[in-house]
Amino acid sequence: MMKRLLITLASVAFATFCASAQAQLRIEISGVGSNQIPIAIAGFADENLAPQQVSAIIKADLDRSGYFKIIDTGTTMSETTAIKFADWKARGAFDLVVGSVQRLADGRFDVRYRLLDVSKQTQLSGFALTDSADHTRLTAHKIADDIYEKLTGVPGDFATRLSYVTQSGREYKLQVADSDGENVHDALRSNEPIISPAWSPDGTKVAYVSFENRKPVVYVQNLVTRERTVVANYKGNNSAPAWSPDGSRLAVALTLSGSTQIYLVSASGGDLHRLTNSSGIDTEPRFSPDGQSIYFTSDRSGGPQIYKMSVAGGSAQRLTFKSDYNISPRISPDGKTLAFISRREGQYQLYVLDLATSQELRLSDSSSDDTPSFSPNGRYIMYATKSGGRGTLAVVSIDGSVKHQLTTQLGDIREPTWGPFMK
Amino acid sequence: MRHIPALALVVASSVLFAGCSSTKLEEKAAPQTEQSTGSTTPTQQDKHDVQTIVTQPTENQTADRSVYFDFDSYVVREDGKPVIEANAKYLSSHKNVQVLIQGNTDERGGTEYNLALGQKRAEAVRKSLAVLGASDAQLEAVSFGKTKPKAAGHDEAAWAQNRRADIVNK
Repeated sequence: MMKRLLITLASVAFATFCASAQAQLRIEISGVGSNQIPIAIAGFADENLAPQQVSAIIKADLDRSGYFKIIDTGTTMSETTAIKFADWKARGAFDLVVGSVQRLADGRFDVRYRLLDVSKQTQLSGFALTDSADHTRLTAHKIADDIYEKLTGVPGDFATRLSYVTQSGREYKLQVADSDGENVHDALRSNEPIISPAWSPDGTKVAYVSFENRKPVVYVQNLVTRERTVVANYKGNNSAPAWSPDGSRLAVALTLSGSTQIYLVSASGGDLHRLTNSSGIDTEPRFSPDGQSIYFTSDRSGGPQIYKMSVAGGSAQRLTFKSDYNISPRISPDGKTLAFISRREGQYQLYVLDLATSQELRLSDSSSDDTPSFSPNGRYIMYATKSGGRGTLAVVSIDGSVKHQLTTQLGDIREPTWGPFMK
Repeated sequence: MRHIPALALVVASSVLFAGCSSTKLEEKAAPQTEQSTGSTTPTQQDKHDVQTIVTQPTENQTADRSVYFDFDSYVVREDGKPVIEANAKYLSSHKNVQVLIQGNTDERGGTEYNLALGQKRAEAVRKSLAVLGASDAQLEAVSFGKTKPKAAGHDEAAWAQNRRADIVNK
């Protein structure tokens, strides 16, 4: 009898952060905020010198945020152009954005911008940013972030990245993209599923679960050095990685003991420490922003509910009571709001719970919501859902008013995680 | 017995730094050397060192490897018992054979929670196999949850096919 050596069942490719042949995500806006700030955005002087049109990116960002009504000026205005404020007031603009782009001798670009209050005829903000040509989009996002912050009081989240998983047939990809769906890169390609990606707090790494070994294993992949480490491959399942706020540890769900329980492990692997000790399922851990508590899903009371416990161990406090099925806890960056998925009348939907008042709000009208993720400014939640039979991503503001969807050209997209603010 | 040496992480890294190309960089799975940095608890069956040559069903090994479950249930039904008995019998007389018991769920519900539910199904099969003579070292219960449905439909017929544990040679 010939003993056959089976070399591999799964072919896995580190795509080494190559730009994906299938380009961007398509974004469709379906809901806007109730009070939109009318803002006029001029073309930036000489912006066609740079590889990307800065004013167009700013317009798209502010438009997508749902809190602005974009007025196209139809003209170019630099930071030194004389402004006829009365004209802009007549056109209904509350604010005006102008700027310029200059190419430096070393090939970098200097982008200057000003945000002006049309009524008061004063400058609200302005700065210059110098960066390499391939960071033009990032520069534009930083300007949009500044405009958003100056006019809403909340930091913008345009200079951030997303990570998510796409599936087309048996090809799975872990991808990284800018928050506007541009600049898509493959971090991993595999013939087996990839789930639960999680950004490190410093934005340099993504933890994820890969089934390339025919069982779930937790990896941490460094997006800068392109190396990856196995962080948890214990007997049974290894899944649900969640970073501690200081980036030194991950909480994970392991079935080492026979049932799914939560453990802490060093972000480079090792130093394993068991956290939960129930007879049922404990999974989906998430650190609180201060790193002192863990939110998690547990069915210790019968069906899955959301609990909170101290990182030091001890008893857990139950947080969800409506419905017999509440999973996937996510805590907002300010620690005040819990997002989760609740099954009501057979529909799996995104909810938020105010932890102080215990008031809850349903944020979606769909029926197969999964894996929510807060934006780093806490204003929006991205989640996986189904539309037209396909997996898509959706974004909703925490008051439910702003909505948009992200779809990929081919196949399904799911498991989103919103990365931290980029410096 | 031929042993295939574990692929060094170095090889994997050199593949990584080969630069951007439009073709896939094929790499063998199971980064064995990474395993040693990750795990501080050496498991009894350190499967990455044991180069299990037999990874396909061998002659005489049972072909029927799947056990099905009712909705929200981890209890092995009557129709699963013959499958478990046959596999337990084979495993207890072939101690060099190791298996993964892969649990699955239907598509309804959250991904991570379903991974845990699928695990309960795998664990139920594992326990039954152990009781009937397979040794612990031969058995590892894992789960795919809802990530790899066998049946693609969105009705009870498909869901019933997907609520399943498979016994797979390592």
